[in-house]
Amino acid sequence: MTKSIQTLDRVVIRFAGDSGDGMQLTGTEFAKAAAEAGNDIATFPDFPAEIRAPAGSLPGVSGFQLHFSSSDIFTPGDAPDVLVVMNPAALKVNLKDLPVGGMLIINGGTFIEANLKKAGYAVNPLGDGSLEPYKVHTVDISALTTAALDATELSNKEKGRSKNFFALGLVFWMYGRDLAPEIARIEAQFAKKPQFAAANIAVLKAGYHYGETAELFQHTYHVPPAKFTPGFYRNIAGNEALATGLIAGAELAGKTLYFSGYPITPASAILHALAKNKHFGCITFQAEDEIAAIGAAIGAAYGGAVAVTASSGPGIALKMEAMGLAVMTELPLVIINVQRGGPSTGLPTKTEQSDLWQALCGRNGESPVPVFAAKTPGDCFYAAIEAIRIAIKYMTPVMLLSDGYIANGTEPWPVPDVKDLAPFPVVHRTDPAGYNVYARNEDLARAWVIPGTPGLEHRIGGIEKDALTGNISYDPANHEKQTHTRAAKVAKIAQDIAPMDVYGERSGDVLVIGWGGTHGSLRAGVESLRAQGKRVTHAHVRWLNPIEPELAGLVTKFKHVLVAELNMGQLRSLIRSEYLVDAQGLNKIQGQPFKVAEVVDAVNKLLEGKSVH
Amino acid sequence: MSTPLIKLTKKDFESNQDVRWCPGCGDYAILATVQRTLAQLGVARETTTFISGIGCSSRFPYYMNTYGFHTIHGRAPAIATGLKMARPELDVWVVTGDGDGLSIGGNHLMHALRRNVGLKIMLFNNQIYGLTKGQYSPTSAVGTKAASTPMGSLDYPINPLALALAAGATFVARVADTDAKLMATVLQEAYHHQGSVFIEILQNCPVFNDGIWEAITDDAPGRQIVLRDGEPLLFAGGTKGVAIGQDFQAAVVDAKNPAVSMHRAHGTLGYAQMLASLTAAEFPVPVGVLYKVEKPSYEAMANSQVADAIAAKGRGKLEALLAEGMTWRVS
Repeated sequence: MTKSIQTLDRVVIRFAGDSGDGMQLTGTEFAKAAAEAGNDIATFPDFPAEIRAPAGSLPGVSGFQLHFSSSDIFTPGDAPDVLVVMNPAALKVNLKDLPVGGMLIINGGTFIEANLKKAGYAVNPLGDGSLEPYKVHTVDISALTTAALDATELSNKEKGRSKNFFALGLVFWMYGRDLAPEIARIEAQFAKKPQFAAANIAVLKAGYHYGETAELFQHTYHVPPAKFTPGFYRNIAGNEALATGLIAGAELAGKTLYFSGYPITPASAILHALAKNKHFGCITFQAEDEIAAIGAAIGAAYGGAVAVTASSGPGIALKMEAMGLAVMTELPLVIINVQRGGPSTGLPTKTEQSDLWQALCGRNGESPVPVFAAKTPGDCFYAAIEAIRIAIKYMTPVMLLSDGYIANGTEPWPVPDVKDLAPFPVVHRTDPAGYNVYARNEDLARAWVIPGTPGLEHRIGGIEKDALTGNISYDPANHEKQTHTRAAKVAKIAQDIAPMDVYGERSGDVLVIGWGGTHGSLRAGVESLRAQGKRVTHAHVRWLNPIEPELAGLVTKFKHVLVAELNMGQLRSLIRSEYLVDAQGLNKIQGQPFKVAEVVDAVNKLLEGKSVH
Repeated sequence: MSTPLIKLTKKDFESNQDVRWCPGCGDYAILATVQRTLAQLGVARETTTFISGIGCSSRFPYYMNTYGFHTIHGRAPAIATGLKMARPELDVWVVTGDGDGLSIGGNHLMHALRRNVGLKIMLFNNQIYGLTKGQYSPTSAVGTKAASTPMGSLDYPINPLALALAAGATFVARVADTDAKLMATVLQEAYHHQGSVFIEILQNCPVFNDGIWEAITDDAPGRQIVLRDGEPLLFAGGTKGVAIGQDFQAAVVDAKNPAVSMHRAHGTLGYAQMLASLTAAEFPVPVGVLYKVEKPSYEAMANSQVADAIAAKGRGKLEALLAEGMTWRVS
């Protein structure tokens, strides 16, 4: 039968199911198909912290949201247009996000009494009218999957594992995606287990053909390609981009990359990515704990390597004393914090921006550390290079902040040409004439002299140093001088900061300030407000210490300053104390990114003279 | 400046800093012996590094005219591990104490030894915290009365050598600060060892724990067994011996008794643990090299993995790395 095709500008689809249902894979594969079709895409995986919560339970629900569009997009979307749920628990957890009139595709085969009970449904929602506000398509995906694999020798359990491919096939049909590249990917991925490849392909096709023949669906949809600048693109996640950037940064410095880490969510993927790329000459080390991980990195930096360690909030807390040692001994070191919800273990798989104060103030003593934050998955690549360059140029530890949202989320990334990446080759001092361990250059950096250099043997350590010789000094005036010098050195980094990312006029009614991974939501919100003619500007703060020099001239030029953060207002405090402006806060501490609508709503409230919260 | 043709002396290894340990501290003798031994070994000053943690012993690097890094409490083995992995050609010595190495840094010490990182770890054991003015340490005897334990300490002490052996150290030795000759011999042997070296140095703290090793060091022939590979476990001027029986019990016997055990530094781990368990009240204390075994070092293996990856895949190209994963071209 022929069905009509509707053209849409953009679609947000969310796949949700049990942790064992393969929703991350389904979402990723569909994202690939969208990118191949030329759409702009943004993804947001949202999975539970448990390795495997009890099957069918609410804590075990895993989701993957994809936003694909024929125009430029900044976020994975506020709310799904289409929600695919594989069991009652997934429906229970996700239905609140589906707007009235949204499409709901339900694996009806799982709505049996045991599963309903686990999800806390007293009455089957498929039969009680509660889903009437939505366009519901109930499909017994479980049974159809098993039927499609009738002829195979797979066990029932094995057959069940393919059901996510039925859902994938169905949405491929709905959005007119080509099956051939997906079939090729499945064949490649299961090359060693051809029986599973065959099963998944059979089920994928079954889902596709089901859409075609069943009377359930009135339309298919077409989302035309976006207008991308011509070039070579890659769908990249933040952690992948960080690892790639670290390798690139070390190459640009002409040095060996030494990376040490300790397993922690959501930072471990950086260690994994580097460990499989040893042919770039990088040495990776899984240390016994977070302290050893930064300790080993400091040792490697002392030895002359580009040294990096990465962790998340609780691990960063453990590294703080050692970071102070790197401040005192003025060794180049990159510390990456992929932030997650806190305090303590907090929300390991959820995003938050609540480690800003930890980054700025987490050490004992006057211990300035340069801090900046990456803003998008693709930006993580450039941020990694920048962190290495600044660490070496100023002989200092540098903290680079990422977060769970951009670490796991993906976006199309214009792949840079290697020739466009400026090298910054390191030259270690080898001349013994007139060497003083703490003599400084015009950037206030001391020379990076590495063991093995004859005639420059010297000692460094955590005790206060004489400002010239580097020998132990308890002299009061020397300590004050060194304290000021360390601060002045970090302040000098302002001369290296690129112009601030400001979207809109430099004066107006509302200045929306954000930092880090909220960039996309804030930019999309401000874009829509400006389209309505509102005098709103978005200023993205990349550098937090030293803070963006342009901010001072901007904050006084607007009637309202709104600082939007996924915390209780950490940057806002800084801005208020630094610039004495009455900055308001838009704050969210739910482990979830901002919705564009939340940003728009907050700005509108300010414009109407109301309070934000 | 050192070149291989110029013979170095102890003085070449002395830094220009005043040594600031308390008068009579055992650390002076250790420092002098290390400086003299490195000169005798003819090592290059520029490829020698001393890494330390926090405590009296950890001031050691400041007094060595080599590269040195005085780090933070307990973390020297971790920092040294990173240095050795990044620069395997350097000689990396770690100086630590019983508080630094066995209390706050116990975890790092254990893991550095287990990985067989090519570090030469010297643990100065004086059974007390000196720098913080006299609290009992993890090696203090039960009942030690100190500032923090006026009624006597309660914890059972740790046996550093037993710990090092259990952790997997491939070179384990003990020596007293007063025995410069034996220390030099042990240090020379340690210098040539490829994997992790652990040397417990019995060190006297004249201020907070004076004479703690006297029973062992003052009557050396009577209270020590100087271990020599392939020679019997004799002491007391060669009149007495130690026999380790089939039942894993040690006994002091007459030197002529055929049961007297023969020392084998390359012996079994069980034998080495027996030696480590001989403690002063009942037995003579073994000094010298207890155990020595050859295993590939961690840094060698870590760097071979890099070399193997390059050999297998070719040196990585940034262009190729950037183009990995899901890519497409828009024209």
